Amino acid sequence: MSSLDHLIYMANQIARNFGTLDDAGAAASTAEHIGLYWDPRMRRMIFGHLAAGGEGLSTVAKTALESLHEKQAA
Amino acid sequence: MGYEPQKDFGTPASRSEKMVTLTIDGEKVTVPEGSSVMRAAAEMDTHIPKLCATDNMKSFGSCRMCLVEIEGARGTPASCTTPAAEGMVVHTQTPRIEKLRRGVMELYISDHPLDCLTCSANNDCELQDEAAAVGLRDVRYGYEGENHLGLGTDSSNPYFDFDPSKCIVCSRCVRACDEVQGTLALAIEGRGFESKVSAGTPMDDFMSSECVSCGACVQACPTATLQEKSVKEIGLPDKSVVTTCAYCGVGCTFRAEMRGEQLVRMVPWKDGKANRGHSCVKGRFAWGYANHQERILNPMVRESIDQPWREVSWEEALTHAASEIKRIQEKYGTRSVGGITSSRCTNEETFLVQKLIRAGFHNNNVDTCARVCHSPTGYGLRTTFGTSAGTQDFDSVEQCDVMMVIGANPTDAHPVFASRMKKRLREGAKLIVVDPRRIDLVRTPHIEAEHHLPLQPGTNVAVLTSLAHVIVTEGLADEDFIRERCDWDEYQDWAAFVSDENHSPEKLEAVTRVPAETLRGAARLFATGGNGAIYYGLGVTEHSQGSSTVMAIANLAMVTGNIGRKGVGVNPLRGQNNVQGACDMGSFPHELPGYRHISDEATRKLFEDDWGVKLDPEPGLRIPNMLDAATDGAFKAIYVQGEDILQSDPNTKHVAAGLEAMECVIVHDLFLNETANYAHIFLPGSTFLEKNGTFTNAERRIQLVRRVMEPMNGYEDWEVTQELARAMGLDWNYTHPSQIMDEIARLTPTFAGVSFDKIDAMGSIQWPANDATPDGTPVMHEEGFVRGKGKFVVTDYVPTDEKTGPRFPLLLTTGRILSQYNVGAQTRRTENSRWHEEDILEMHPSDAENRGLKTGDWTKLASRSGETTLRLVVTDRVAPGVVYTTFHHPATQANVVTTDYSDWATNCPEYKVTAVQITPSNGPTDWQESYEDLAERSRRIAETVEAAE
Repeated sequence: MSSLDHLIYMANQIARNFGTLDDAGAAASTAEHIGLYWDPRMRRMIFGHLAAGGEGLSTVAKTALESLHEKQAA
Repeated sequence: MGYEPQKDFGTPASRSEKMVTLTIDGEKVTVPEGSSVMRAAAEMDTHIPKLCATDNMKSFGSCRMCLVEIEGARGTPASCTTPAAEGMVVHTQTPRIEKLRRGVMELYISDHPLDCLTCSANNDCELQDEAAAVGLRDVRYGYEGENHLGLGTDSSNPYFDFDPSKCIVCSRCVRACDEVQGTLALAIEGRGFESKVSAGTPMDDFMSSECVSCGACVQACPTATLQEKSVKEIGLPDKSVVTTCAYCGVGCTFRAEMRGEQLVRMVPWKDGKANRGHSCVKGRFAWGYANHQERILNPMVRESIDQPWREVSWEEALTHAASEIKRIQEKYGTRSVGGITSSRCTNEETFLVQKLIRAGFHNNNVDTCARVCHSPTGYGLRTTFGTSAGTQDFDSVEQCDVMMVIGANPTDAHPVFASRMKKRLREGAKLIVVDPRRIDLVRTPHIEAEHHLPLQPGTNVAVLTSLAHVIVTEGLADEDFIRERCDWDEYQDWAAFVSDENHSPEKLEAVTRVPAETLRGAARLFATGGNGAIYYGLGVTEHSQGSSTVMAIANLAMVTGNIGRKGVGVNPLRGQNNVQGACDMGSFPHELPGYRHISDEATRKLFEDDWGVKLDPEPGLRIPNMLDAATDGAFKAIYVQGEDILQSDPNTKHVAAGLEAMECVIVHDLFLNETANYAHIFLPGSTFLEKNGTFTNAERRIQLVRRVMEPMNGYEDWEVTQELARAMGLDWNYTHPSQIMDEIARLTPTFAGVSFDKIDAMGSIQWPANDATPDGTPVMHEEGFVRGKGKFVVTDYVPTDEKTGPRFPLLLTTGRILSQYNVGAQTRRTENSRWHEEDILEMHPSDAENRGLKTGDWTKLASRSGETTLRLVVTDRVAPGVVYTTFHHPATQANVVTTDYSDWATNCPEYKVTAVQITPSNGPTDWQESYEDLAERSRRIAETVEAAE
């Protein structure tokens, strides 16, 4: 698994573990988790992948990363 | 301090709060009701001669040496079995008693070798002392009669001898094995004159017996019958220093008994609050690695990993290390370097390493070996309770009524605490074991689990949800506790979730493979059986849902009201000696000491002001992320203190690729470990015997590590880190680790009341220790949770992505064995290898039969990650479809087969679930052979090469 594939897997895995929440709640929790625990380079890599279409990311993970990117860019 | 044996009060202390006053030899003494007369006399420093009594076992009353006269009582009762009573008047020395004692002693000595001057226990023998105390001058019976003097010595155990010719059959060894250790390996065989201590095997030697070499019998023996070989070889110690064991997270304290600078033996310290005077084969005996010939004592460097090492001065090594870090940061960026702290090192050492990285490397790329063991504990318990630690002290087990042991094997991995668990179980506490394997606790002498839930690996969350389902749907929840202590709305959400029929044991049985009725019985017992305590280990954390499982355990404790008092709680059994401490000290990349997130400005400012440097507000890389970044070319240098990631971390090939991609790997360790095969700079480390500092055990107990000998390499580890920091340009001037602890206390609220002086005065202290709790906190969350209201977290079962299938139809799970410790760097260099020379694969008989395999066969263990070979043991300890092995030996490299899957919240590797196939094998795999070749070449040292040429 490449580093990027690993990050995609991790983001999806986090989102899945918030699966009992509704989609908005799961996305918010996923975004918070990634914001708290991922280093800047990992976030940059996944944001770059997101900008390129985000292939392989689940819907919740995508939403989470979009909101996190927006928040951190602000 | 000078050498003197630890005081022995003869019988255990009574815990009664009611006191009684009696008179002994004309002096009044007040003791707790239930104390023996012998104990009362000892409390006032009056020694009553004794042979069969010792204060860590129940009184026995067999030797007849401790007779006393009591006014108004008939005869001469044994003081060890006679309870002190109000108004009692006792005489310990009268002509009648004097005569009786002397007569008894005369009989003992008539069958004992008179070789005191050449006996290894000369001056450390209770028989000798008591013979002198009773004034024995001659033996009227002579020495020609029938005796045991010709019996041969059993030297089969590598650490102690059994010489039956010196045995007085006091039964102390047998009772120590029964009462203290709980193994019941020894017995008194025969009657009368034929009575003898027996190991109960056809060979009747200790090595072939059930003996676990804990040393309790040796400690208990009042003669030289059972004695350490080291005492025989070196002589008696002449001084002792109390220090803390550097093996598992129990944190046993020992007296390092020395002769000059030579360690003679490690004797468990009776005042140690973690071990209460007990020990295991590792802490008691396996310290020989400290002066093993393979220890590296000089710094070494090399330009590339295919070159031999070159010994250099400390100055050259440290200057080179600092210049490499700076060069790499200039070329690849500030965040291209990092480091790993060690749970084997002291709090002060781990604090300094993380400080070096944050303040000297100017990033937060610091992680610790807890990443691969208990990081989910930190996440789970902080989320639910508000603090990243277990809730109890070990003494709490004495008030426990129901123990639930999940994913832990205490008799192998935490043996001293396991003995205390077994003692409580023999007293009547009930046991529930949740484990894929039938661990020893499930059925062991005088103990049988009420329920064993042999779950399918990877289904912990499903099992815990099912247990909660039963408790909630059958009305067994402690609603009073929940309403008072927890968030009621969150509880209701959680209760609705677990009550769903899909979470019933019956519905989940197909997933968990635990019979529904067994699971229901376990749930009912835990909810209604009195004080319920949960003890768990890496079988909980090392899963893709490790953090969820920890939170599910916390939910279970809260829903049953089993939190906040003695006898209950959530108890993570920490793997290494200072896992708790390494985590407390800010070893994780996202948080500063005291578990405060690096993004918190106020906390960061506190450290910035104290350290005089700006800190990076962004979280750093975890170990697996460092390795990923290294293979990407973005992470180029690492300082690894006391950790062997190549052997201990999952997917060995990926770890090797990451290390190989770095330009500077600095290994700071005792030996050229497996990680050092990929290192460019080697800094020699010091053992726990050679340093001062503190360790924090699984019960948050901070204990002193005291230096008992000079560091063989010249420096304690904290000094090496300080010198590296200075070479990096930091102005550090610590002269003693106590100053580092003062800094920790200054910056960490939960440690505000901790200092070396205070620990020294109290013996130990459990954090939090501050103005609110100056003497520490044995039990947490007594009045309320640290976070306020306890938080119920819904933990949905998410199956692992590591699936079995036609190619890999079996599930591998891994663990430890008693005699070895983690990667084996220490224990493999001791006689402990006599018990476990190699990693062995356990397989169920049906799986073995299907493959035509039998015990002793070489097998190939293959997964999607890699393959290795090891020998097989066929056993029904493991369930069909499950195989098990340990990871102590680099020749096996069990982690070649483990995968990159990890806990969703913390990246703790999923060691416990790997899909594998087992096939017959003729020998090592290609990878094993090439790795062995690489390791051999990598360990060349230039002088050795030149000498050989």
